[in-house]
Amino acid sequence: MDQIDILDELPKFTQLGIGIAAFILVVGILLLVVDKLPGYDKGRFAAMVFLLPAGLLLLIGMIYPAIRTVVLSFFDGKGEKAVGFDNYVWMFSDDAIQQVLRNTLLWVILVPLVATATGLIYAIMIDKTRTEALAKALVFLPMGISFVGAGIIWKFVYAFNANSDEQIGLLNQLVVWLGGDAQPWLLNGPWNNLFLIIVMIWIQTGFATVVLSASIKAIPGEIVEAARLDGVNAWQMFWRVTVPSIRPALVVVLVTMSIAALKLFDLVRTMTAGNFGTSVVANEMYTQAFRLSQQGRGSAMAVFLFLLVTPIIIYQVRAMRARREER
Amino acid sequence: MATVTYQGASRIYPGTEKPAVDKLDLEIQDGEFLVLVGPSGCGKSTSLRMLAGLEDVDEGSILIDDKDVSNLPPKARDIAMVFQNYALYPHMTVYENMAFALKLRKTPKSEIDARVKEAAELLQLEDYLKRKPKALSGGQRQRVAMGRAIVRQPQVFLMDEPLSNLDAKLRVQTRSQIASLQKRLGVTTVYVTHDQVEAMTMGHRVAVMLDGLLQQCDTPRALYETPKNVFVAGFMGSPAMNIKTVPLTAEGAKFGDVTIPLTREQVEAAGVGDAKTVTVGIRPEHCKLGEHGIPIEVELVEELGSDAFVYGHAQLGNENGAERFVVRAGSGLLPQLGETVFVQPEVGKEHVFHAETGDRI
Repeated sequence: MDQIDILDELPKFTQLGIGIAAFILVVGILLLVVDKLPGYDKGRFAAMVFLLPAGLLLLIGMIYPAIRTVVLSFFDGKGEKAVGFDNYVWMFSDDAIQQVLRNTLLWVILVPLVATATGLIYAIMIDKTRTEALAKALVFLPMGISFVGAGIIWKFVYAFNANSDEQIGLLNQLVVWLGGDAQPWLLNGPWNNLFLIIVMIWIQTGFATVVLSASIKAIPGEIVEAARLDGVNAWQMFWRVTVPSIRPALVVVLVTMSIAALKLFDLVRTMTAGNFGTSVVANEMYTQAFRLSQQGRGSAMAVFLFLLVTPIIIYQVRAMRARREER
Repeated sequence: MATVTYQGASRIYPGTEKPAVDKLDLEIQDGEFLVLVGPSGCGKSTSLRMLAGLEDVDEGSILIDDKDVSNLPPKARDIAMVFQNYALYPHMTVYENMAFALKLRKTPKSEIDARVKEAAELLQLEDYLKRKPKALSGGQRQRVAMGRAIVRQPQVFLMDEPLSNLDAKLRVQTRSQIASLQKRLGVTTVYVTHDQVEAMTMGHRVAVMLDGLLQQCDTPRALYETPKNVFVAGFMGSPAMNIKTVPLTAEGAKFGDVTIPLTREQVEAAGVGDAKTVTVGIRPEHCKLGEHGIPIEVELVEELGSDAFVYGHAQLGNENGAERFVVRAGSGLLPQLGETVFVQPEVGKEHVFHAETGDRI
């Protein structure tokens, strides 16, 4: 704790300076060591020496915590008594956690599908229009906002005032104008989950648009012309020429979003804190481990999340490798 | 089977003044193999794409079989096109690539199958039907692109430099294959190339274009023997014709001390507008090396086995100083570098053009 206090006393720039100096020092030492290596099989040794710092950081920052988390998931809340698979049994039997898993499933299905579909349609509609750059910038803007920031913005959009007709929430004001009654959008399940999901779709659509738009532009003009001569209509052009041509980009976008949706935490934490039946796995993990002091249960959820993400990542790496071989 | 007619067809790209294709008038007969040729940017590809419906016809019209198609979408024109980069659908197999257009038109499966198999046999593609384009060689891809056009059984084939991505040997081979295939199928074909050898060897007639304007459209032999202007004369034939602008006298054109005799009519026509010079074209193959004639200092001798070409400079007595001159020499004794040889143009084989307009006299 002492060390952290010292760091807090220093101005930010001094910290930055220390960081850069340390980096230069490490690189310098590495270069010196590599230089002194015997000539025999130098390339291999040099590679190993250069990998050392990264490997060390990985070990401390990733591998050790991962193992520690797995171990903790078999212990009780304080991490003192081994409880076997109790935490996992709890996870799959507790009603509240069942709800959490269902919610996460909903996120993982809806966010990639809706955001990609919207982004794709948008990208095709703005393609080769005069305002394309502006249209793309507008839809990409939300990507620049942090999830916490977006959560706060949308909390205002969904804001509900039960005691008065004066609604400060954009959505409720619209509803009132249209002659409806203001609703507490974030309180009533299961629809409140959808309203949260919309926020993430709002953020991610820009990503899909930009990636897919670039991919659409990369389709050779001749292929589009050949399809026109072959007699495609607009739908056939989209479904049988455009979509197959950009399939690799579509997979990348879908996979990236699936992973992001699986790990989603900030939006739920900021907007509902997981209350009213809106919690997701990552939020529940945090709640269990740090707010309810149930380290074992939190760790078990972390391990479960890790198991869910792993196959998607393996698929993505494989797809990337296969594509490289095609070229 | 169809005729194709361009009637004063122009393409003016938005934001430009000068038409990319300027009032093109061209009639293509049923079953004819017509080649559009010219340097890049001459409007040959644009003309083809106008016929395909990929470019607008801004003025005039284009007719297929006396039916105005100027405003019809590509798919309503009953044409098939072979693209320079083949434009195969990378996600479809060879079979699917060829069947795609038929499938879109809801042709019965059995007929699609029969037509694709037939085209595949014709092009020796039977073994590759299940492959994707990326697993094929350049020549095979080119044949698939041909096959895709053939199965459509269109009224007109359009080909946009379909051989330019093949290596030299394959190009020569495919050239004759396409020509004989066209003869066999008898489908009207419009073929675009920048290669005058391709144009000469493949086309029934060749249309030479420059700067959006049609220069001349005729049989390969007629283009070779009676080019209408200096551009066509220089473009057709390899190595290119020696085209020199030299002083004009009452007897003829003066190549230094040598006079190439011209008829009285030619001299008169050349002298229109007080011109003191005349442009004369002499093909390298219409020259003889001898004891007398135009003196040429040899700079390079290109030996091709069957014959040889001698490149050198000649003093022609005009203000340009020494001018390049190419002569075909037999396979016999060849001149040495630096030597001076004397060239005698064959009488009556010269081409005479007006020095200012460049038109044939």
